[in-house]
Amino acid sequence: MDNVQIIRIQILAVIGSVLLIFFILELIRRRRLREEFSILWLAMGVVFLVLSLFRGLLDKFSYFIGIGYPPAALFLILIMGLMLILIHFSTAISELKETQKKLVQEIGLLKAGGAHSPAAPALRAYGLPGGPKAG
Amino acid sequence: MEKIAIVPAYNEEKSLPAVLRALRADAPDFDVVVVNDGSTDGTSAAARAFAGVRVIDLPENIGIGGAVQTGFLYAREGGYGLAVQVDGDGQHVPSEIPKIAAPVLAGTADAVIGSRFIEKAKFRGSAFRRAGIWVFQALNAVLLGQRITDSTSGFRAFNRRAIDILSRTYPDDYPEPEAIYILRRRGLTIVEVPVDMAGRAAGRSSIGFGHSLYYMVKVCLAIFVLLLRRDDRAG
Repeated sequence: MDNVQIIRIQILAVIGSVLLIFFILELIRRRRLREEFSILWLAMGVVFLVLSLFRGLLDKFSYFIGIGYPPAALFLILIMGLMLILIHFSTAISELKETQKKLVQEIGLLKAGGAHSPAAPALRAYGLPGGPKAG
Repeated sequence: MEKIAIVPAYNEEKSLPAVLRALRADAPDFDVVVVNDGSTDGTSAAARAFAGVRVIDLPENIGIGGAVQTGFLYAREGGYGLAVQVDGDGQHVPSEIPKIAAPVLAGTADAVIGSRFIEKAKFRGSAFRRAGIWVFQALNAVLLGQRITDSTSGFRAFNRRAIDILSRTYPDDYPEPEAIYILRRRGLTIVEVPVDMAGRAAGRSSIGFGHSLYYMVKVCLAIFVLLLRRDDRAG
């Protein structure tokens, strides 16, 4: 690989990383992405930007952790980053499911006019059958 | 003491009326709340045809655990001292309610499980189902130090303390085996009593054959994590 080729891929990598960062920032600006979800993406963009600006860094890193072939270290970083983001998604979805379940339960109870309902004391006063009793 | 029967129902318009009729005849001192878990058939109308039956229509299907928990929330808010769970599919026979209610009423247990297996093996599921039941029995013996023969039975009775705990913490799917651990972890007393159960009147069990393996893995994982958790109030 001659020098021209290396510089070409370096320029492409820098452009790619900068585009990713700007794309994420733009999504936040348009309120299509919440900040909490953007941080991991931005961190990945910054890591790639730094790695493409300072070429020696990837070699040093792969030597440091004992990988003989530097591009493999790049894949490792990429896969770890994506896994972090996906686990973050899983926890976020779990939270959403929990919230949704509670809302569905609450709506059901409110519609049924349980003890939650503003009408509950009146129902009890009229002794309507099936109405909840005072605790 | 105020008593309530919690009847979770998902697409049970065919079997629900018989359950509600039997409840009226065999457990007349129980209030009845049907938790309709976002059914797409006439379950809600079938339940509302019975005067005095309170119907909670959940706007979306959230699964058996979420539906039963809604019943616990209702029972807690209503200050009920005894709640029995009776599935809307007709599998649980209301005339057996006194058997599971008795230990709670006598104050000798916080929760009671109606078991198909203590006395006779009238019920015979598939080989896979029986293997799963055996695994739960072994797990219960080792982890709880208590013989619980029918972990998956949903025919249960609870006192106020158990209602309160389960209204806050109840698993979403396949909740029965895990609920035993949730209660035992809080130091509640659980007993099993033998009951008769009917075959299903109509509809399909919420646990299909294909889901059995997922069921086993999920429940074992949940129980394992529950034991690791220092504070299981959340969730």
